[in-house]
Amino acid sequence: MKTKKLINDPRYVVEEMLEGIVKAHPGHVRQLPHSPRSIVAVEANRPGKVGVVVGGGSGHEPTFLGYVGKGLADACPAGNVFASPPPDPILECAKAVNSGGGVLFLYGNYAGDVMNFDMAAEMAAMEDIEVRTVVTTDDVASAPLDRKAERRGVAGNVFIFKAAGAAADKMLPLDEVERVARKANENTFTVGVALSPCSLPQTRRPNFELGEDEMEIGMGIHGEPGVMRGPLQAADAVVDDMLDRILAEFPRGEARRAAVLVNSLGSTPLMELYVANRRVAERLAGENISVHRTLVGPYCTSLEMAGMSITLMALDDELAELLDHPCDCAMFRSG
Amino acid sequence: MDAVTAKQLIALFEAIATRVETEKDRLSELDGAIGDGDHGVSMSIGFSAVTDALSRLEDPDPAAVFNAAARSFLNAVGASAGPLYATAFMRAGAAAKGHAVLDRDGFARALLAMAQGVRERGKAEPGEKTMVDAWAPAAEAAQAALDRGEPLGAILTAAAAAAREGAEATKAMLATKGRASRLGERSIGHMDPGAASAALIVGTVADTIGR
Repeated sequence: MKTKKLINDPRYVVEEMLEGIVKAHPGHVRQLPHSPRSIVAVEANRPGKVGVVVGGGSGHEPTFLGYVGKGLADACPAGNVFASPPPDPILECAKAVNSGGGVLFLYGNYAGDVMNFDMAAEMAAMEDIEVRTVVTTDDVASAPLDRKAERRGVAGNVFIFKAAGAAADKMLPLDEVERVARKANENTFTVGVALSPCSLPQTRRPNFELGEDEMEIGMGIHGEPGVMRGPLQAADAVVDDMLDRILAEFPRGEARRAAVLVNSLGSTPLMELYVANRRVAERLAGENISVHRTLVGPYCTSLEMAGMSITLMALDDELAELLDHPCDCAMFRSG
Repeated sequence: MDAVTAKQLIALFEAIATRVETEKDRLSELDGAIGDGDHGVSMSIGFSAVTDALSRLEDPDPAAVFNAAARSFLNAVGASAGPLYATAFMRAGAAAKGHAVLDRDGFARALLAMAQGVRERGKAEPGEKTMVDAWAPAAEAAQAALDRGEPLGAILTAAAAAAREGAEATKAMLATKGRASRLGERSIGHMDPGAASAALIVGTVADTIGR
């Protein structure tokens, strides 16, 4: 059976979404006239400021383009649903936000994204734009710790993008913005749980199968299989399992502080997210980890997938200050 | 076929687009088992953009056909398939450069260049459960038939058979590269969707050019 979607022609779903976004947020984002898949902040980049380009496939809204705006990302190339954008719109983003301070490419670690962003970086180098790349790898469940570099980037992107975007907004040089992005990535840990699948607009078929009473812990944001499939448990037990995996890697030490993100994968409602967050807060208090800030809601989705992810970012003074730095984006405001 | 013209190359890409369109649900289902379920969609978007771009070429030579295919496929698809096939077609274009038609050696060289391009862009080796597991044996079989002095039809038939067997062999492989590598043991038993579409492409080359 095909899934129900409110769409027109599935071939134009990304174009129509982008059109809707620029109509809704004309004060924040615009499309480059010669490259409409390149979404750029309306706020002009200041001379010498590092341009931050984030991006990836569509279908994760508000990731990625919702985080384009003042104080966060400067531009975002939009790919097809769940597919990396090709090099051209990435290159056009880099050209549009380069103000002499160089450009940072910041995106989740997926083979397709790496190939396309690397090709764009080579093309940018030929146009004398200095590009550095940081790939995010916050998904704890996607590979064991000894193969951390192979891990995927998921909802923790929100914190990592926020820290790097703030560093660039504070006019830090490219070396420093890159260092901050790497540090933010090193300190960000996410685990997801899926309850029911999503379906692509083009196929309208569930893109994985999950039994009626089953859940899958560690499933990726494109439905990549996770680490543990089993019967659906009560919220507290699920949160405990997810947090155990995160806390096993969360840095040790005195006076631990964290930023928390309880994220909906698409169709899981706020009610369930807040029920989960209640347990997250309880567990963190028990671990003597103080919560600096909590975000609850759909921040990095997988179309209509049901489920959620929990992200903890370990904070020191520098990362806490960067998270608190004001930003004003189409789909995210802070400070 | 003694010499392949640009027009015949365009017909080849149209035939590939038709095959991909017919098979796109099967490719997406294979991908759904071990990846993110969009491979059939990506390939269909890509080859439909290619046929569209090729229909607008005026009096192209074979290299121009390959280059237009590379550019249109890349910009329509992105994903992993985009850079991999764009590189393949660009390498074929480089191999075909300066030739008004492709003779037996010329077409075989273009096919070998495609396989090499996929392998280099993806930094993958045979045995890692990727499209290289279809492209590499196809290239080996083509090279061997070329060295034996066989005609183009036999070269392409050998390549197609090897690609098909290579794709079949990915079922038993443990994925160590690409998205399915995150699955570990659970990737065993499923055919790699990239290898499946590669076998479909090489098969269509044999059916169309090798007749």
